[in-house]
Amino acid sequence: MQKKISSIPFKGTAEQAAQLQKVIDANKSDRSRLMMVMQQAQDIYGYLPFEVQQMIADGMDVPLEKVFGVSTFYAQFALSPKGKYNVSVCLGTACYVKGSGAVLQKISETLGISPDECTPDGKFSLSACRCVGACGLAPVMTINDDVYGRMTPDQVAGILAKYAD
Amino acid sequence: MKSLAELQAVREKARNRMALNGNAPDHVRVVVGLATCGIAAGARPVLDTITQEVEKNHLTNVTVSQTGCIGMCQFEPIVEVLVPGKEKVTYGKVNAEKAARIVAEHLVGGKPVAEYTIGSLMGNKPAQDETVTPLKNTDFYKKQVRVALRNCGFIDPESLDDYIACDGYQALAKCLTEYTPDQVIKIITDSGLRGRGGGGFPTGRKWALCAPNKAPQKYVVCNADEGDPGAFMDRSVLEGDPHCIIEAMAIAGYAIGATKGFVYVRAEYPIAVRRLQIAIDAAREAGLLGKNLFNSGFDFDMEIRLGAGAFVCGEETALMTSIEGNRGEPRPRPPYPAVKGLFASPTVENNVETFANVPQIILKGAEWFSSMGTERSKGTKVFALGGKINHTGLVEIPMGTTLRDIVEEIGGGIPNGKKFKAAQTGGPSGGCIPASLIDTEVDYDNLTAIGCMMGSGGLIVMDEDTCMVDMAKFFLEFTVDESCGKCTPCRVGTKRLYEKLEKITSGNGTLEDIDELEELCMYIKQNSLCGLGQTAPNPVLATIRFFRDEYVAHVVDKKCPAGVCKALLNYYIDPEKCKGCTACARKCPVGAISGTVKNPHTIDTSVCIKCGACMETCKFNAIKKV
Repeated sequence: MQKKISSIPFKGTAEQAAQLQKVIDANKSDRSRLMMVMQQAQDIYGYLPFEVQQMIADGMDVPLEKVFGVSTFYAQFALSPKGKYNVSVCLGTACYVKGSGAVLQKISETLGISPDECTPDGKFSLSACRCVGACGLAPVMTINDDVYGRMTPDQVAGILAKYAD
Repeated sequence: MKSLAELQAVREKARNRMALNGNAPDHVRVVVGLATCGIAAGARPVLDTITQEVEKNHLTNVTVSQTGCIGMCQFEPIVEVLVPGKEKVTYGKVNAEKAARIVAEHLVGGKPVAEYTIGSLMGNKPAQDETVTPLKNTDFYKKQVRVALRNCGFIDPESLDDYIACDGYQALAKCLTEYTPDQVIKIITDSGLRGRGGGGFPTGRKWALCAPNKAPQKYVVCNADEGDPGAFMDRSVLEGDPHCIIEAMAIAGYAIGATKGFVYVRAEYPIAVRRLQIAIDAAREAGLLGKNLFNSGFDFDMEIRLGAGAFVCGEETALMTSIEGNRGEPRPRPPYPAVKGLFASPTVENNVETFANVPQIILKGAEWFSSMGTERSKGTKVFALGGKINHTGLVEIPMGTTLRDIVEEIGGGIPNGKKFKAAQTGGPSGGCIPASLIDTEVDYDNLTAIGCMMGSGGLIVMDEDTCMVDMAKFFLEFTVDESCGKCTPCRVGTKRLYEKLEKITSGNGTLEDIDELEELCMYIKQNSLCGLGQTAPNPVLATIRFFRDEYVAHVVDKKCPAGVCKALLNYYIDPEKCKGCTACARKCPVGAISGTVKNPHTIDTSVCIKCGACMETCKFNAIKKV
């Protein structure tokens, strides 16, 4: 699956760069830890813009194309920023059987964005995820760390309204 | 930890603290299930309330702790009250209010709140001499045998002492002090344990193949990249009993001569990762990981590596490539990992549930384990029951239990009086068992014989409202997305399969398409590099095999019998049932419904976008899909 690459300009701070350098220094002796470094870099920046991948490649002494190869291979590495609230709808088997497709559709209509997009004000982003392992509560969606189970399309508007701030 | 005696001393102390020795008859333990699903259902406020209420009432004989998954997802949050010498009482769907009442009536008053117990929520009548039905006597539980899940929902997963109290690390101590590595391998081989990740390869043989290979460094890898949608037993073990994986990996390390282990956990399981890390740190602190374990000269240590959301990394060789820090692409075999695995060194890789069985086999013996199950599939298997079934949850049952027992008895049947249609096993690599084969005894070989596979243990139940062609399409969409792209049969083949299914479900298919699907499936199976591609066609083949008539209905009659495929169905208002309330006409986003008040309405199918809003709105069940 082609990943959406952000066109929003990179706005990293010196503080973030220092944090990343610390992570790199702690792990650069073992190149197999590349993914760990990238995961922590994503925690620092929220996503992995090209500039950050370049910093990792230089710091870990691996070619940039390897870093880019890894970042495009794994679903969890985001090349474009996430919204303040990331809405994630489970499309695993159990949720799908119980109608999570309709829930995703409803959210997409309500927010006016497709999966893997972010609203222009940076508030909400939407994603369709694989099984979160809470199949007993199907269909499930999460907004950041909050989990909502037994979802119906009717509940969508009310739940999104809770994140109006 | 330098000796068995030292471990025994810790064990006795911990057992006394937990009142497992009969030393404190009035000691009460209250545990709250705090696995991912419990937390999602609201278990944290319940735990807080109970802790506060216990304090408020000065109940010094009561300890309150968290535990892992108790196994009945639909009744979360779950609270259990354990009193020495008495059957434990299990409460379901507890909230803060109910929790306060449980403390007041049960803990203070000594009388269980019968109406909140799982037995009563399931509708089981208590026996004459009992006030509540004990969990073990409910339909959901009585056929279960807990081996891999034995500590889940009993101990506090963040407490090493709790684990040791339940015989934890005894098996490792026994191996290191009493057995040679060859003896350990023989016990595992004799037990008949087979890989629980899906393949079913005999674990003992896997270890025996790796043991003789000489290398400066060997590895033990635990595959916790549980990617099958619908399966969550590995998460439950890691969240509920992380130490047993550490112990089992150390045993495997001793058996094959490896001193280093990796657990590859999918990053979607943050709680599992956190608890496993706590467990590793505690084990290291206690000298149960590190140098010279139990004074035997054997060293073992391990670390966690996180996945990043790639299904293919559940495949053995792809997982190893990923640990090495690369794109998680599979490697051709041979050479097999036993010879050349992680970092090109001899490696044994087992799944979480496989490891979870190992310490018990060492402690209780190969014969005990092989006495359970069928001729060629020994022991128990954990299934994650989900989909259209009344009791969703984790069940551990002896191999060879029939699908009928699982669905009708343990699972409590299908909701809303619908008919059972099929059970899907093995996720995107598996097939389905149709209602006609409901008496199949579930084990590795029987499932393979009907073109299905055990898989990691997800068991999704489908009723008459599930379209099997749509189901196959759903799985193919998954594999198209997750195919790593390395080999052509899988990369291009799955995409072509998906397109054909899309063609059929949109009403443009022909009978030839069905034959071509089958032919393409065989080609992909035979020519793909790794397990992902080799099994990706299974959902298509299985559904064609058992539900060919549904495919035919889609291509010949242009109908979807289950009423799922949108392109093939029309909404229709039954004039007999329609009261002319106009609710549907007002709700219709495209104005396709016309009619006057108190007269039956009609839908203009050329305008209708088939959104289903009218059907949801109608109070009289007058709108049907045809």
